[in-house]
Amino acid sequence: MKISLTVNGELKTVEIADENTPLLWVIRDTLDLKGTKFGCGKAACGACTLHVDGEAVRSCSYPVKFAEGKKVTTIEGLGDRENPHPVQQAWIEEIVPQCGYCQPGFMMATAALLNKVPKPTDEDIDKNIINVCRCGTYYRMRKAIHKAANLQLEKENNQSKEL
Amino acid sequence: MKIKSIYIVLILSITGLLFALANTTKTATYELVDDQAQNANDDYNKMMDVLTHQRCMNCHPSDNIPKQGDDSHPHYFGMARGKNDHGFEATNCNTCHQSENNLNSGVPGAPHWALAPASMAWEGLTREEIAERLLDKNINGNRSHDELVKHMTEDDLVLWAWQPGVHANGEQRTVPPVSKEDFKKAVENWFANGAVIPSK
Repeated sequence: MKISLTVNGELKTVEIADENTPLLWVIRDTLDLKGTKFGCGKAACGACTLHVDGEAVRSCSYPVKFAEGKKVTTIEGLGDRENPHPVQQAWIEEIVPQCGYCQPGFMMATAALLNKVPKPTDEDIDKNIINVCRCGTYYRMRKAIHKAANLQLEKENNQSKEL
Repeated sequence: MKIKSIYIVLILSITGLLFALANTTKTATYELVDDQAQNANDDYNKMMDVLTHQRCMNCHPSDNIPKQGDDSHPHYFGMARGKNDHGFEATNCNTCHQSENNLNSGVPGAPHWALAPASMAWEGLTREEIAERLLDKNINGNRSHDELVKHMTEDDLVLWAWQPGVHANGEQRTVPPVSKEDFKKAVENWFANGAVIPSK
């Protein structure tokens, strides 16, 4: 069967044998976007977090059939080297990653949080950012999340001034 | 004269006896009433056997923390009711739970997956207290008996209890001790008979 979805702004149509194939496999293996990671396969660790229609989902536990006609954003679509997303910029500035494997999932979860809660408190972070990092970079991530919130607000203010 | 009096007394006694017998409730009538009461109790008990099972109770917490598993442990990762019974702003029920069970990851799912409202907290309550809450229109979403029957016998999330999917290790989740069909009949009968809480 064919599934059509928009990934990072581009319409993609994929031929899939099993509609219950995890979206993660389609993103990584069919569309060759390797930034989103497989961690536990049980929607527990959050390494596979990406956005579907703006909502953070655990793509290892998200059948691709549910993505039909929807907009998917992966870490590659969040920003790039030339124009990083405020979350990516903050992650660079705070030198957050150690091994880095889980970090795309954390960044996607953070981007989703900032879209809902532009200036999150520590409590907001504790409730919403519940991914797992085995290197224990939580302390630096917390600083980066606060920095990302400030960067995003600055960016939005600058954009509104330009208009 | 004596014989005549004896006859009169005898006739009156027999008449009285016949009258008394005619107005005495038959044993069979008592048995019928008992049967009805017993059937109503059976319906109530079947319904409550389901409502108090972990598949239902885990999402009717009294501490705003969803529960998981047959041991009803607190939901991992600090998940809680949040606003709208649906978790937190960016990490909510649908971050992991979709509209159907995921047999690959073991994550359960059903349409409108969410906690029951706080007013429908059942955890720690007796069966009678649960029944009282269920029937109280001030806290049950203003549902009438007919609406409660519809909710309890047709709602996909309620009926998920009999198709709960598998755990992450691939083992089937347990289901309530009463079949779905028997539960539906019990609910319909209990409400049809006036939704009487037996101990009241």
